[in-house]
Amino acid sequence: MQPCGTFNVDYARDMAILRTRTQWVLTIGGLVLLFTLPLYLSDHLLGMINMLGIMIVAVLGLMILTGYAGQINLGQAAFVTVGAYASALMTTRLGMPFWIAMPLAGLSTGLVGFIFGLPSLRVKGFYLAMTTLAAQFIIPTLIAHVRTDITGGGRGLTVPTPHLGDIVLNSQTAMFFVIVTVVVLLTFIAKSLVRGPIGRAFVAIRDNDLAAEAMGINVFRYKLLAFFVCSFYAGIAGSLYAHWMRFINYDILTIMDSIWYLGMMIIGGMGSITGAIVGPIFVYALDQGLTWGANQMGGTFATLPATLPAAIHVMVFGIVILLFLAFEPRGLNHRWEVFKAAYRLTPFSY
Amino acid sequence: MSAGDVRLRVQKVCLSFGGVQALSDVSFEVGTSEILAIIGPNGAGKTCLVNSISGFYTPQQGDIYYKNHEITGLAPYKIASRGIARTFQNIQLYSGMTTVDNLMAARHIHIKPSLLSSAVYFGPAHRREIQHRKVVEDIIDFLELESIRKKVVGMLPYGQRKKVDLGRALALEPELLLLDEPMAGMNYEEKEDMARYILDIFDLRKIPIVLIEHDMGVVMDISDRVAVLDFGRKIAEGTPEEIKVNQSVISAYLGDAGF
Repeated sequence: MQPCGTFNVDYARDMAILRTRTQWVLTIGGLVLLFTLPLYLSDHLLGMINMLGIMIVAVLGLMILTGYAGQINLGQAAFVTVGAYASALMTTRLGMPFWIAMPLAGLSTGLVGFIFGLPSLRVKGFYLAMTTLAAQFIIPTLIAHVRTDITGGGRGLTVPTPHLGDIVLNSQTAMFFVIVTVVVLLTFIAKSLVRGPIGRAFVAIRDNDLAAEAMGINVFRYKLLAFFVCSFYAGIAGSLYAHWMRFINYDILTIMDSIWYLGMMIIGGMGSITGAIVGPIFVYALDQGLTWGANQMGGTFATLPATLPAAIHVMVFGIVILLFLAFEPRGLNHRWEVFKAAYRLTPFSY
Repeated sequence: MSAGDVRLRVQKVCLSFGGVQALSDVSFEVGTSEILAIIGPNGAGKTCLVNSISGFYTPQQGDIYYKNHEITGLAPYKIASRGIARTFQNIQLYSGMTTVDNLMAARHIHIKPSLLSSAVYFGPAHRREIQHRKVVEDIIDFLELESIRKKVVGMLPYGQRKKVDLGRALALEPELLLLDEPMAGMNYEEKEDMARYILDIFDLRKIPIVLIEHDMGVVMDISDRVAVLDFGRKIAEGTPEEIKVNQSVISAYLGDAGF
C-alpha cells in the first residue's frame, strides 16, 4: 500500500511487500500485538484463535494448490487427518518428541498428497475433484479399519502433551505460542513460494497449461509439487490439531470441513495469501458470532422451540455466504486491492 | 546448406489425425541466420507444423532435428528449454498475471528453481529475482510495454496481448523463434510495428525466425525464404521473388485456370 506520488526507483523496492517505514512499523507492531494476545484474552478466546490458526494453515495449503496452481482438492480435511495420525503415531508409538514429529508428519502427509495428485496428470476440473474426493472417503476408512492395533481404530487415540524442555505445553496459552509461531512461519514460506519462480509456474499452469508447457514448465512435475506443498501444510495443521486436542479419532474432520476450507479460500479470495488468512477469520468469526447470537436468543426467549435458534444460525450463515459470493465473488482480498489502488491515486483520479 | 549452418531440419514429416492427413512428407531446413516464412491457404497444415516442431504433436513418420539433435517426440517443455520458443496464433497468455509476471514466468527455464531456496524469499532468491527482472525489463523496453507493465493481461486489448505473447517468447532467450501468425487481426500500423520488431529481433539477437503469416505484403518484404504448404504438402520453396511467380503457388491460392 503506497500513498500517491511515491515511486519505486529500483527493482528490489518495486518487488518488496513492505516499502515504507510506516508499513514496517505497522507490521512489527502487529506481530507484537499478536504475540501478546494471551495477556488480554480469556482462555476461551485463545482456544478459538488456536482452532483458527490450525484452519489457516490448512487453507494456506489449499490456497497454494487450488488458488495458485488451479488444481481442485476436495480432500484437504482427509489430509489434515493423515497429518494428525502421522504425528500422533510418531509420538505415541515411536516416542518421538512433538518438534520432530510435526515436520515429519508434514512430509509424510506430503507424500500421501503426492500419490493422490498423480491423477492430475490426466484429469482436470470436476474429474480431479472426484479423485480427491476419493481421498476424503478412503483415508478415514483405512484409519478406522486397517491395523487398528496401531491406529486405535474407532476408539481413537490419546495424544501425549508436547513439552519444551521442562515446560509442559498443556494450556491454551502455551499452545497459542506454538500454533501462532507456526502460522506466521508458514505464511512467510507460502508468500515466498508464490512470489517466486515456483509460484509463477503454478499460476502459469492454472491460467494456461498448454502455454506453460510451451514455455518450458514441466506441468506434471509442478502439479505434483503443488499437491505435495498443499498436503505438507495439511500435515502440519493435523499435527498441531492432534497435539492441541490431545485426542484424535478417524472422523475428527469430515467432508464438510474439506468443503469449508474451499469456502474459506473463495471468500478470502482465490490466488492470494492474504485471502487464505482473512477468509478463515471471516468465516470462523461469523460462525462463532452467530452461535453466540443464537444462544443469546435461546436464553432470552425461553418459550421458543429449542431448535429454532440453531436453525436461524444456519440460515443466516448460508445467506451471508450467498450474498458474499453474489456481490464479491473475487473475495475479501479483491476489496482490499481495490482500496489500495484507490489510496494510491488519491487525491488525483488518474 | 552445410550441416553446421542448419538450426532446424524437418525431414519427411507425416502427421495424420485419423483419416485426415495434416502433413505429408514435409521437409525443409532453417539456417542459422534467416527469416523463413511458411505460407499457405487456410487448413494447409502450417500450425500443425509448428505444433510438431514445438512438441505438441508427435509426427507418425519423419524426424525433426534441432542443432543436429533429434527432438521428434520430446515433451514441449523439454523442447522449449533447448531453445525453441513460439508464439500462438490465438494468443495463449497467462490471463491472470501481469505483463511483468508473464515475462518472468518465461524465465523459468533459466531460473531452475528449487523448493528449498524458494521457500525463503530473502538472500539468493531475491538477488536472482532482480537479475531476471533486469532481463525482462529490457524486453519490456524493446517492445514498448512500459505502460502496461503492471496490468493484468486478461484486461489488455488484442494488439497489446499479441506483443506480450511475443515478449514472453523472447524472455526464453530462444535460439529459434517460431511465430504463428503474429500479425493476424491487426491494423496496418500495428502490422508495421510488428514487422519492425521481428526485423529488430533478427538483427539484434541473431536468431533464425520461422514466420507463419497470411499477409503477403509482410511476408514478401521481410522474409529471406518462403516455403508454401497446401493440403499438408510442401508445394514450393524459394526466395520471395521466386514464389511470386511460381505457378503451383498461384494455382493453390487462386485456383487452376484450366478447370
